[in-house]
Amino acid sequence: MDAASTQSRRLTHLGTRGLDVIRYIGGMALLLQETARAAAGVLASRPHRASAAAHLARQVVRLGIRSVGIVALVQFFVGVILALQMAPPLEPFGYVSMVANIIGVAVFRELGPLISAIVLCGFAGASIAAELGAMVVGEEVEALEAHAISPVRFLILPRLAGTVIAMICLCVVADLAGCLGGYLSSLLVIGPAAHLGYWARIAEQLTVGDFLTGLIKAGVFGLILGLLACFEGLRVRGGAEGVGRATTMTVVYTIISLVLVDCLFTVLFFVCKL
Amino acid sequence: MIDKADSLLDAPVAPAAAAEAPPPAIAVVDLVSVLDGRPVLDGVSFDVPRGKTLVIMGPSGCGKTTLLRHLIGSMRPTRGRVELLGHNLGELAERDLEAVRRRFGILFQSGALFNSMTVAENVALPLREHTRLDAATIDVIVKMKLELVNLRAAANRMPAEISGGMKKRAGLARAIALDPEVLFYDEPSAGLDPVTSAEIDQLIIDLTDKLGVTSVVVTHEMDSAFRVADTMVMLDEGKVLRTGARQEFQLLRDGPPTGDRASDLIRQFLTGSSHGPITDRRLSGGYADDILMAAGRAGRPLWTGWR
Repeated sequence: MDAASTQSRRLTHLGTRGLDVIRYIGGMALLLQETARAAAGVLASRPHRASAAAHLARQVVRLGIRSVGIVALVQFFVGVILALQMAPPLEPFGYVSMVANIIGVAVFRELGPLISAIVLCGFAGASIAAELGAMVVGEEVEALEAHAISPVRFLILPRLAGTVIAMICLCVVADLAGCLGGYLSSLLVIGPAAHLGYWARIAEQLTVGDFLTGLIKAGVFGLILGLLACFEGLRVRGGAEGVGRATTMTVVYTIISLVLVDCLFTVLFFVCKL
Repeated sequence: MIDKADSLLDAPVAPAAAAEAPPPAIAVVDLVSVLDGRPVLDGVSFDVPRGKTLVIMGPSGCGKTTLLRHLIGSMRPTRGRVELLGHNLGELAERDLEAVRRRFGILFQSGALFNSMTVAENVALPLREHTRLDAATIDVIVKMKLELVNLRAAANRMPAEISGGMKKRAGLARAIALDPEVLFYDEPSAGLDPVTSAEIDQLIIDLTDKLGVTSVVVTHEMDSAFRVADTMVMLDEGKVLRTGARQEFQLLRDGPPTGDRASDLIRQFLTGSSHGPITDRRLSGGYADDILMAAGRAGRPLWTGWR
């Protein structure tokens, strides 16, 4: 009897958690739908278009431009590490020159978008969640609604579009910084076999598809990051504690989602031979 | 004295006068609001005539804020209806609700200014969003509204750089930016010094008297309430305990206890006394039962708990 009731309790707990997850994903889907509708409304209305462009520019500067330095720095060191880790196992086979090819593929297809998204998540995602959370607590979101101003159009749309645009731009910067890191470690540490013809080998290895798949990933990662941050921010309840919780959960959920979606993308691109 | 108050409170409205009266700006009819299975508002009904000020008051947790949220259309009734300027808010689509929202303003308890904008930008926001006025005209209107609340000098300051009273006045300037027909105030005097509080009250009175704005004020501050009110509503445990003219509540406040529970409860609230039905109710919360239940949950009798 006791074992049965314990099992029943576990099942109930599992079911409740499952429902919570479905509700959470459903809530995000509804927010995305409302944001898409708001975007269509903004495109159709000239006065709103002008103010939305100004808001979007502000968000791109805040989320993107300010993250350029840190993303470039992190990706530069990733390039350095990757080159130094790959050279020793390639050396016995006489393939040290292939360091450039490996860095090109790894950075452009994978590490550029993923590392940029993780850095942006800590830098901008947490900031968006905290900002929106503080606005909820300070009744600012309610004030917008009471003044007949859609919070989705006014707050969510520029942030979401801003993270997508910022992520795509940052991905390009990250790609270049990663390759530069690999080049400098080849030049200063590994030797001429790796650095002579480094850029030519990268250009030879990469296709437009490699570059585009990286950018597509970056755009989707930006959307996930922005959506999670906005959703967590708008869900804040209970003052400062709620704001802190939202920022933490944004970072945790975003990193889990990014790796999961990245895996799905990789499988998809592998199957489709992209 | 109290007899007079009771007779005033219970006096029926003359049918002829009611027939001639214009439709009210706000009509709340049998409003029920259930949150998490608990009725927060239970059959609330009252009217606010156009150009008059209604004060909503009641002990903490009686449902004032929930009622205000229903009045501004942020919440949909579980049952009953809220009519604002002739529109049943519960039945309006979001777009129609936005059109109604442009006709009223609200002053939030904290001011709820947008922290990323200056005071002037806060006031300009509704004008930029809902009118096609050019920037120069908006600038002039913003200056006029800020002058009205005596805040023109702080136009370019950020909300974090101004005091609580200034935030409230800035919030009021933003609320009146679109010249609304109805204004809602959530605790306009809370946390303010007596002079600033009196200034805000005077603004509410001026807006009603000079511009014919209908006002709904939710407040705990009795001095402020009696200064601005034409009519008053007393809420208790989600129900309307009494509605009436300000003078009727003044008679209740100034008179002796009557023995009638509702009247004594209102009287205790109005006078701020620590003795009366509100205090009795708080003290009779089954304290002993609570302690015994807690001891039961701990799995041992109370009398051995200390060992």
